[in-house]
Amino acid sequence: MRAAVVLFPGSNRDGDVARALRKANGVDPAIVWHDESELPAGVDLVVLPGGFSYGDYLRCGAIAARAKIMDAVRAHAKRGGFVLGVCNGFQILCEAGLLPGVLMRNAAMRFVCKMQYLRVENVQTAFTRAYAPGQVVKFAIAHGEGNYEADEATLARLEGEGRVAFRYCNSAGRVGGEANPNGSTRDIAGVFSDGFNVLGLMPHPENLIDPLVGGTDGRGLFESLAA
Amino acid sequence: MKARVIVTLKSGVLDPQGKAIEGALSSLGVAGVASVRQGKVFDIEIDAVDRDAAAAQLAAACEKLLANLIVENYAVEFV
Repeated sequence: MRAAVVLFPGSNRDGDVARALRKANGVDPAIVWHDESELPAGVDLVVLPGGFSYGDYLRCGAIAARAKIMDAVRAHAKRGGFVLGVCNGFQILCEAGLLPGVLMRNAAMRFVCKMQYLRVENVQTAFTRAYAPGQVVKFAIAHGEGNYEADEATLARLEGEGRVAFRYCNSAGRVGGEANPNGSTRDIAGVFSDGFNVLGLMPHPENLIDPLVGGTDGRGLFESLAA
Repeated sequence: MKARVIVTLKSGVLDPQGKAIEGALSSLGVAGVASVRQGKVFDIEIDAVDRDAAAAQLAAACEKLLANLIVENYAVEFV
């Protein structure tokens, strides 16, 4: 799987996601500057990493979503190419219209930075096939604007089509309540596009690939893609 | 010409910042505040043939960038 990581001014998790991709694929991903008009030839997976692109100015991900490279990313997605947006990357995908909904300020107004359990909702996708249905995984979260909101019609469609990718839960797999760190509707932590080739999620799988950090549940996502 | 674009949250959208500000006003003794919702103001100097042309440009700017139409409304005024 040939991967490219897009870099915006203020992206800061590109190194982490490159490490996770290298570990799963055995090859370094290409790093693509936001101002390029083309992706490298033969790219299978485009990753929009976490961070604070453009300082979160205007709205999180709003300016990055209008960057020059995004036309190429959109075309890649339209052709069925894979796109993964992590945290700020998820915000960018929503602002760019590649995923529905919007990420708003955390309901409790606090930046949350901690380990977070998630339930894997749909394992029949290129991103999640290495997991078991309903598996509880531990990823890391670090965000101030992770509150996923969408209108009722969109939510009905997401649920009906199996496009909710992950939900916030506790270690026992119980979804919602105290386990929801940001007030996201239906405890949604990540969603797929209607073609299941675009995934956006607020948590960071790329930070849970080494036992040194306290878990390796993140490997499954990258290994699913590499398979 | 000088224009002012005001971007506000659609009604019904949760505004925790507005709530926090409401709480702060209350604890400062500012009485009678029933609710607060926070918006944004963009003061824009724009060249255009006339106000209608400018208004159209600014509406396009709002639709393309300044407002997220899923959760925000916009209004354009001329100063």
